[in-house]
Amino acid sequence: MTTQEWKFTAKDMAIKPDLFTSGHRACAGCAPAAVLRLVMKATRGPTIVTQATGCMEIVGSIYPYTSWNLPWLHTAFENAAANAAGIDAAIKIMQKKGKMSKEHIDIIALAGDGGTLDIGLQALSGAVERGHDFLFVLYDNEGYMNTGIQRSSSTPLGASTTTSPAGSVIPGKLETKKPITEIMLAHGMEYVATATPYYWKDLLTKVRKGLEVEGPAFLHVFAPCPRGWRSEPSKSMEYSKLAVESCIFPIWEAVNGIRQLSTPSKILQLAPQKKKPVKAYLEGQGRFRHLFLPKNSHVIDQIQSLTDARWAKLLKQCETATN
Amino acid sequence: MTAKVIKQETTGMNGDEAIAFAVKQCDVDVVAAYPITPQTIIVEKFSEYVANGEVQTEFVCTESEHSAMTASLAASATGARVFTASASAGLALMHEMLFVTSGSRTPVVMAVANRALSSPLNIHGDQSDSMAERDSGWIQMYVENAQEAYDTTIQAFKIAEELDVSLPALVGLDGFTISHTLENVNTLSDDAVKAFVGERKYPMVTTHEGKQVPFKLDPANPMTMGPNVAPAFYFEFKRQQEEAMRNALIKIREINAEYAKISGRSYGNGLIDAHKLDDAEVAIVVVGSTAGTLKVIVDELRSEGIKAGLLRIRTFRPFPAEEIKNALKNVKVVAVMDKSMAPGAQTGTVFSEVRNALFDLKQRPLTTSIIFGLGGRDTAPRDLRKIYEDLMKAARVGQVDSLVRYLGLKE
Repeated sequence: MTTQEWKFTAKDMAIKPDLFTSGHRACAGCAPAAVLRLVMKATRGPTIVTQATGCMEIVGSIYPYTSWNLPWLHTAFENAAANAAGIDAAIKIMQKKGKMSKEHIDIIALAGDGGTLDIGLQALSGAVERGHDFLFVLYDNEGYMNTGIQRSSSTPLGASTTTSPAGSVIPGKLETKKPITEIMLAHGMEYVATATPYYWKDLLTKVRKGLEVEGPAFLHVFAPCPRGWRSEPSKSMEYSKLAVESCIFPIWEAVNGIRQLSTPSKILQLAPQKKKPVKAYLEGQGRFRHLFLPKNSHVIDQIQSLTDARWAKLLKQCETATN
Repeated sequence: MTAKVIKQETTGMNGDEAIAFAVKQCDVDVVAAYPITPQTIIVEKFSEYVANGEVQTEFVCTESEHSAMTASLAASATGARVFTASASAGLALMHEMLFVTSGSRTPVVMAVANRALSSPLNIHGDQSDSMAERDSGWIQMYVENAQEAYDTTIQAFKIAEELDVSLPALVGLDGFTISHTLENVNTLSDDAVKAFVGERKYPMVTTHEGKQVPFKLDPANPMTMGPNVAPAFYFEFKRQQEEAMRNALIKIREINAEYAKISGRSYGNGLIDAHKLDDAEVAIVVVGSTAGTLKVIVDELRSEGIKAGLLRIRTFRPFPAEEIKNALKNVKVVAVMDKSMAPGAQTGTVFSEVRNALFDLKQRPLTTSIIFGLGGRDTAPRDLRKIYEDLMKAARVGQVDSLVRYLGLKE
């Protein structure tokens, strides 16, 4: 992997034509759509994109229209990584046999949290184990939003969804979020990182670094969904910032297993007083509204203590890695 | 056959090995597969070819059959010639992706070593697995022996990749009976196969800018494949698949004849394979290896003066209804043998389709459905002979004993 520092400026981004273009049918305030646009801004040359079934697949490919200005393949829900595997195998052998130009082609597989943590986990694990050359980008909106806001294993503790509704007895989802990046790190991947679209330059840099890896790379991108989160469409970027500031979603990268906090999270390590309480992140999101009833205040306390514990663990993991 | 028939080599191979050998000769770019009995020999043998540098193929050992079919589809969409193999539970796990592969019009070729489906668990041969996928949009051809498994695999690439077909194709071989049984197989030279199959071609499609580009994932010509299609267009996509199946009916016949010229071997007209059917009073219709035994029985009965005949359906999808109707129109009584079961359907799957094909005849043969061989239950020659004897009796009395019979069932 090259260590070249990427300087994506706002000007560079404006000049580079969109590869995920306007005209798609995403909702107002859809962070996943912004994520896709940003990811495509970071491509470095010939690229093939493959995508799992989901909101972002639907909105960009409504026949006979398309938002994709590069070759794009969708086949099903649980298999974005297997698509990438097939594309990778075909490119490798066809280039070797002279059936295809020898110019390097990057492969990006896109999936939501359902298509990654739940139904897509097997195909992802298999493709990574086999070492296919692709970047897997998870846009995490913490639920099955395309089918109408159901819980996934990425839905956080306490969130109300249509299959984990906040009722008079049960205060939303009782389980915590599956630690997908830890699972991917356990595969011994060369590059694993987390990002949010608020810190767009950081996101672009991580996409580019992932593409530069000769083999599989994994990028977990936090992506608020105003419909699913019952939040203001204008606040998606704000939540993308608050999630980092409250340490709900710290951003970091691990190169060959050596983990380092990215600047916005690093600042919180150096100046812990700047770390915001989870309440600041939770309030305003309709999916957590019930937690602010007096009888459910213990859930907020639980989220705070879990967040603190995870953050402390992450700091240790970064420490161990650098020492 | 003609003088152009190429000199061939005779080698002892089982059906699985014969298929692996055919795939080796077809210049396949990608093989993506997952092991399952009784198909496993195919991927094992092919792995050896890869390990010994005998093929230029990217071999992807996927973590499931679902991913095997997905990777096959995606590699084919990228422009590669692709092969995979499966059976039974593996094919069932591919179910979703079989429809996506045919709908995406990617000409993947797959061998299915036909095996029973669970439950109860059974690894032996019957055709329940691929019969259950009859509506998945795949061309389905079933072979009688290892020789035909070799020949049909070669033909399958050519059929699937025909531009006006562009559909995936399945080659079914009876588990163990063909997959694991050693036979003499005549093989063509590598060059002859390469020349016969040719390079993969791509349908040309018109872009919104009016440019003609090949239908594949290509950074030079960005294309959206596998879009979301609303009610306004979905139906038309499906109708085109039926059109492609109609075209396949023609291509399978042509390619069967073309292959005969170089190999000296043909299988009926490619769609159906009739044996002593012209003047037959009674006939059995069957799919797969049982036809081999039935031919011997028919010859035996003929020598005794009994006008018995046999019709083997080689191509089940597209279903050659017209050919079957014509082949059976003068027969008095027909038994259709199904090596699979469709619980609740009353009769066998092949039976239903054959009887449907006969319906338009002014004078229809009497028909009876026979379910046999489930889970590898052995079918003895005497059982098959008994069917013909029962059919002769039915011809005399003008009616069949029963709509459906379970041959060799302990009851």
